[in-house]
Amino acid sequence: MSDSNTKESLEKISNGSPKPTSPNADLKLDFASFWEYSPAPESSEHVKIDDRYNHFINGEFVEPVKGRYMKSVNPATEEIICEFAEGTSEDVDKAVKAARKAYEKTWSKLTGKERGKYIFRIARMIQERARELAIIESIDGGKPIRESRDVDVPLAAAHFFYYAGWADKLNYAFPGRKPKSLGVCGQIIPWNFPLLMLAWKIAPALATGNTVVLKPAESTPVTALKFAEICRDAGLPAGVVNIVTGAGATGSEIVNHPDVNKIAFTGSTKVGKIIQKSIAGTGKKLTLELGGKGPNIVFEDAPIDQAVEGIVNAIFFNQGHVCCAGSRLLVQEGVAEKLVQKLKDRMETLIVGDPLDKNTDIGAINSKAQFERIQSYLEIGVNEGAEMYQCSSKIPENGYFCKPTLFTNVSQSNRIVQEEIFGPVLTIQTFRTPEEAIEKANNTPYGLASGVWTDKGSKIFKTGQSIRSGVMWSNTYNKFDPTSPFGGYKESGIGREGGLHGLYPYLTF
Amino acid sequence: MADRIEVLKTYKTYVGGKFPRSESDRTYQIKDGKGKHIANACRCSRKDVRDAVVTARSAFGGWSSRSAYNRGQVLYRIAEMLEGRKDQFLRELQLAGIKEKDAKHEVHTAIDRVIYFAGWTDKISQVFGTVNPVASAHFNFSSPDATGVVGIIAPEEYPLLSAISMIAPVIAGGNSCILLASETNPLPVVSFGEVLHASDVPAGVVNILTGYRSETAETISSHKDVNALFSSISDNKFRKLIDENASINVKRTEHYTPDDWYSDDHENPYLVLKFMETKTTWHPVGF
Amino acid sequence: MSVLTIPDFNQTTPIDQIGVEERVSRLNKRSIKKESKLQALKLALSMIDHTTLEGKDSEGKVIQLCSKARLPYAPMPNLPHVAAVCVYPNMVATAKKALQGTGVKVASVATAFPSGMAQLHIKLDDTRYAVSEGADEIDMVISRGEFLKGNYTFIFDEIAAIKEACGEAHLKVILETGELETLENVRKASDIAMHAGADFIKTSTGKISPAATQPVTLVMLEAIRDFYRDTGSMVGMKPAGGIRKAKEALQYLVLVKETLGSAWLTPEWFRFGASSLTNDLLMQIVKQETGVYQSINYFSND
Repeated sequence: MSDSNTKESLEKISNGSPKPTSPNADLKLDFASFWEYSPAPESSEHVKIDDRYNHFINGEFVEPVKGRYMKSVNPATEEIICEFAEGTSEDVDKAVKAARKAYEKTWSKLTGKERGKYIFRIARMIQERARELAIIESIDGGKPIRESRDVDVPLAAAHFFYYAGWADKLNYAFPGRKPKSLGVCGQIIPWNFPLLMLAWKIAPALATGNTVVLKPAESTPVTALKFAEICRDAGLPAGVVNIVTGAGATGSEIVNHPDVNKIAFTGSTKVGKIIQKSIAGTGKKLTLELGGKGPNIVFEDAPIDQAVEGIVNAIFFNQGHVCCAGSRLLVQEGVAEKLVQKLKDRMETLIVGDPLDKNTDIGAINSKAQFERIQSYLEIGVNEGAEMYQCSSKIPENGYFCKPTLFTNVSQSNRIVQEEIFGPVLTIQTFRTPEEAIEKANNTPYGLASGVWTDKGSKIFKTGQSIRSGVMWSNTYNKFDPTSPFGGYKESGIGREGGLHGLYPYLTF
Repeated sequence: MADRIEVLKTYKTYVGGKFPRSESDRTYQIKDGKGKHIANACRCSRKDVRDAVVTARSAFGGWSSRSAYNRGQVLYRIAEMLEGRKDQFLRELQLAGIKEKDAKHEVHTAIDRVIYFAGWTDKISQVFGTVNPVASAHFNFSSPDATGVVGIIAPEEYPLLSAISMIAPVIAGGNSCILLASETNPLPVVSFGEVLHASDVPAGVVNILTGYRSETAETISSHKDVNALFSSISDNKFRKLIDENASINVKRTEHYTPDDWYSDDHENPYLVLKFMETKTTWHPVGF
Repeated sequence: MSVLTIPDFNQTTPIDQIGVEERVSRLNKRSIKKESKLQALKLALSMIDHTTLEGKDSEGKVIQLCSKARLPYAPMPNLPHVAAVCVYPNMVATAKKALQGTGVKVASVATAFPSGMAQLHIKLDDTRYAVSEGADEIDMVISRGEFLKGNYTFIFDEIAAIKEACGEAHLKVILETGELETLENVRKASDIAMHAGADFIKTSTGKISPAATQPVTLVMLEAIRDFYRDTGSMVGMKPAGGIRKAKEALQYLVLVKETLGSAWLTPEWFRFGASSLTNDLLMQIVKQETGVYQSINYFSND
């Protein structure tokens, strides 16, 4: 019918040589003209967020010593949600003292079995308050309710449930060794998965018999303070968990406090390095979960439609605010054109908007600063000569929203290929042979996660062995489970969280 | 008949399976306990460190992807060669003023230690790997994988035993390494390079440098192509320097300062694990 | 002129079952509320192939079925009628007469439905008979035994022959996915059917469990999409069997919307093969219009 297959239309889709387009490549699928979904907002009536939150130290909510407060903003509306305490050295010192006292007086005296029962209680109470926590997570951080409801909160509860069971079984985890707890753990978590990262930190720390001073990120403190309520309601002994809020300066006070035995940090590689440097020579134990630039490799024998879905999960999950995001797509040349076409079709059906709408796929960028950072990378990409594609979906006028974005015509030397953007921005490169794919995949200082898509089992294993990353998702991406260790090679971090391996950093032998 | 004039040995370094001199052409004197000259050793420079890292990096891929069984055999071969040449090491240790009995103890323990770690190569993933029962329809397993290039900073005491005790777990896990040998008595360690050369250890997997730590430690600890540091220097200022430099590229650091290098405590798989990453693989389970 | 090349059906398109199921589960999370819900319920009603395929079917039963088809709910005469009724060949004339002038199509199963275990000439006769009785659409079954033996040419040729026998009538090809078992087989059978001339591809006869499932439907929709990209031709989709609830119907519509887009959201390109679904859709429509939860006692069970 059309002459498109005879006309010599060439489309440049990659950094490779121009390839002929397939016939009918100009056919459009129309996803928008009929049957639009009506708004389906999650009701937040039963959720109460106070105007002001204080630190949780020694089992009580206490005002900051210096009396200073910061503000948390709803990134979808740019409205202020609440005030929270800005922690200073005095507050951190109080919290560490409380944690030390609790460690010595109560927590380390308890049997593993009793410790475990407290942690089980916490897991159950998270489940009971799941909907409330999910809504708050979406309001405070901008992530779609579908994710906070189905991923963040259930996984957080599961994490406590999993580690609760370890508390009285530690002697089985380390053949030939009798493990001992460390003492007071300082934990600093990021804003991308506030409650889940809290669970990843606190659950293993408590199970192994340590006490905790945790600082949530300054743009997403609320669920951590709700968690403090849960600790209180669960009857957890005072001082076992202490939550001190604030920004980087508060975190630095925790890192540098002399009576902290261990630091666990999740965040940027830049800050991770600063922390590693500041505790140099102190003998404090350290785990770091840092940045990434995950390669997601699609071979031509891959299940293509599922790969497309995997690519979407890899880079657009949580607005791309994921350290293990599959932000570098590497596609074998034979399927590149078809794959990109399918990906673009799929992107047309992504709904960007109100985080509290149950149909939203991509919510708000977490903060103004991050929004501006992503925008600057889009500019860098375009200035570097990359071809930018954004889906045509509408985005709200207010709030920090970014359309899902693809960059083609890029190479390893582009900044958008090398640097972690931490947003819904995917770069697409092509390759010809498995060796080339592996070489490109490993050509980065990071090594957190990677993906491989092929129908051939032996190729999965060979690729998996060759790529230097802590997590290898084959024919899937961005899957998490409390039993599954997570953590990076190279500059993506030190140590593992999750699973039996996640106990190790909280013990000494 | 006059006594025969002994042929003295020239001690060099061991890098990339060869025995080069320091690129700086500098040497320093090694003396015995009474201050008598024994030999000259190479006084390696930062450029020697740089070259050693390059060769360790290029050896890493091949070594780490060898079968665990093969790595075990290679390690065992090291022990065999050591056993065959132990007289040489006894002599070298005694030259430095160590009593014969102590020298024997040191050499024997070192040989046994290599055998201990040789046996771990094909067991470490079995004992420390896991199949993880995830809640979704996926098969999920974790296994240890070599960290990469490891910088080893050996202590002054028990030069041969400490060096071998540090090298063995590192290479058992599939890493390649650069060892900064004891400053005061690196001679048996350099000779150990000859053992490595004669056994089946691929060139570049173990590299041995001599000289002053004050000239080499800074370079190796800050080098961005080194993934981990294994140091036995207890001095706190030194430790801090190592840690600070490690943060440049998020190196794993292990400060290991045992009271007793002879203790069986040293023989444990956790030392191997210090220089291994955990890699977790997911795959769907379905038709 | 577009050149239609027939693919090598011995090649298998890889499909990951878990990935398909995850995609379906994500699509099922779409929340269809308010106007979009009412619109979808009415749309689904208009897409139904209201079906009776029983050994005890009689003219009387078929006439009752047809009256339900043309006017699903008398108190709301403005609701759409269903797309078609689906009957055995010997009931086609009765249905045709009962639906004269209503716009409701008559579909007939043919080709030794449901097993398909007969010789080709018998299947062709069966088809021609149904068409001659006035069937607008023919729902044929493929020979699953031959398919599972790897005799793809047989399947292709049989479909092509039936298509020819259909003349003007539209051909729906039933893959009987419950017997093909794997999604890769479903994909392959879909491709064969479309290349052999199917106007619609259909999941099931309704006589085998499992009948229609959403993962199977998604795979078929993706095959249709790829066929459209490759040839420029649209092919319709009909999940059949086991879809009883309005909520499921909406989930299917979401699958269609987000896989193929708006163009397929019409009775011309998408059908539900069902019987009890009609009343559940009606109950939900009335609930949406009145705000009151409904009872099946108020809805005719024809």
